[in-house]
Amino acid sequence: MHDLSLEDSYTPVSLTLSPVIQVEDGAVELGGRTIWQEVQLAVQPGEFIAILGPNGAGKSTLLKAILGLIPLSAGRITVLGHPARRGNASIGYVPQRRHFEADVRIRGRSIVRLGLDGGHWGLPLPFLQPRKAHEAAARVQEAIDLVGAGAYADRPIGELSGGEQQRLLIAQALVTRPRILALDEPLDSLDLRNQQGVAGVIRQVSKETGAAVLLVAHDVNPILTSVDRVVYVAHGQIEVGAPEKVITTETLSRLYNTPIEVLRASDGRIVVVGQPEEEVSTHAR
Amino acid sequence: MLADMVPLSWNLLADLQTLFHYHFMQNAYIAGTLVALAAGIIGYFMVLRDQSFAGHSLANVGFAGATGVALLGITPIVGLFLAGLLAALGIQTLNVAARQNRQSDIAIGAVLTASLALGFLFVHLSTAEYASSVYNVLFGNVLGINDTDVMVTACSTLLLIVVLIVIARPLFFASVDPDVAAAHGVPVRALSFGYLVLLALEVAVAVQVVGVLLIFALLVTPAAIAQYVTTRPVVAVLVSIALALLFTWAGLAIGYITPYPVGFFITSFAFGTYVLVRGGRFVRASLVRRSALPQVGGTA
Repeated sequence: MHDLSLEDSYTPVSLTLSPVIQVEDGAVELGGRTIWQEVQLAVQPGEFIAILGPNGAGKSTLLKAILGLIPLSAGRITVLGHPARRGNASIGYVPQRRHFEADVRIRGRSIVRLGLDGGHWGLPLPFLQPRKAHEAAARVQEAIDLVGAGAYADRPIGELSGGEQQRLLIAQALVTRPRILALDEPLDSLDLRNQQGVAGVIRQVSKETGAAVLLVAHDVNPILTSVDRVVYVAHGQIEVGAPEKVITTETLSRLYNTPIEVLRASDGRIVVVGQPEEEVSTHAR
Repeated sequence: MLADMVPLSWNLLADLQTLFHYHFMQNAYIAGTLVALAAGIIGYFMVLRDQSFAGHSLANVGFAGATGVALLGITPIVGLFLAGLLAALGIQTLNVAARQNRQSDIAIGAVLTASLALGFLFVHLSTAEYASSVYNVLFGNVLGINDTDVMVTACSTLLLIVVLIVIARPLFFASVDPDVAAAHGVPVRALSFGYLVLLALEVAVAVQVVGVLLIFALLVTPAAIAQYVTTRPVVAVLVSIALALLFTWAGLAIGYITPYPVGFFITSFAFGTYVLVRGGRFVRASLVRRSALPQVGGTA
């Protein structure tokens, strides 16, 4: 039953070629300092995009600008044909690593439910609108199944592992059936096995739902096989293209303005040598 | 000691009639019920938001307010609410400025002590006859609640519950997950301040029942127990309300029968239940661990 409704609701990549996100000449200033400028980016439906770059280069800022949480100082951002705005239900958002404290005794299912109607005023009355309540519960279950969190969705979220929490937070972002999924370092602070697991979930979700994925990452390797294009943010500039075009010795050396070497291991993993860990001139995120 | 006790029969109906015979007991039950209702809900959010220390501070700052307005001949509840409002503003400013909890805790602690000292000064300045009612502000005087107090409590409780029902979901979202809530368009900061204002109002009315010092028994303990019992938010709020009502009703009844203060019994019931529930969980957890041990050995 669930599978039927799933196929029905998530038509994979539609044939309309208008981009789901369009950034034109975008620039952001924070505290009087330009984070990045002259950014051009068009995200196609169903595309999997990794946003890479050193800490403090403005990766999260790009995501937040698309979410309408940070205003642009120049240019404009269009999301599904409308200007970017806060509270857009067609974008599912998982912000940078939040860890629920061990003493948070709220079941995972309730956390997922927040993504659906947590921002609404007033209380729903299940006994007055049983159909609506049933529908909402089914939506929540659908999102939980999608990330494979069914086994622990009713346990207190504080008692779950980092990987399990992250899966539930992705489910929370998916519950509105968004056309865009914006994930800010979802693999950060997970151990290697969980990184693989969560990366696999994201890959599978993007395939099954046809949602475009924007994923901010520190390390491209766990998601390398899924990525269509990378957006590399460094020194106030942005380079967009296929990973094998952007993560190269030439491009990165030019972006950073210092010699950088990109090596490829025999298993396909990418190693960047000489990349500054932090953007020296910047601190804002 | 026993001579002071109200004689009880084994006839429950007759006992209840004795209990509600006097007008002051009726008032005590009405006010206690109203206060417990709102405390159960607002306490759930307090525990969720990790703001029990902030709540405690609101009450203590309220002490300075209550004693201050008493110097001017104004009823304590006004001073409690006004001081609570000021404290809410202060706590909100600190929370926004210092994102680290520990820093803001230290600042709150400093303000709390300063306001207690101020209250001490006000008591010293006041007349001797008022000095005795300081005791009521500190520990509550539920058996001395008059009709006007009951009306004020009823109006405040109605206002509290209506506002809480309207903001419950976004407030829950903002408490659990402020970043995502903000992205969903929830006004996180406004809710955080609004919540503190509601808390100040509830503290002001609850002080009549349990006093500034025992307010935890109604605001924090029932909600903390509820979170141990269930992980479903709506059920937890209902359990929290039920416990707050139970402690208040039982405390009033025992306090009436015995010559000892009501606040003591309410607090003791709350504390006893808390210890039982936590102890029960601890025992169960260690039993599970013990039974799991052989399995671990087997797979190794």
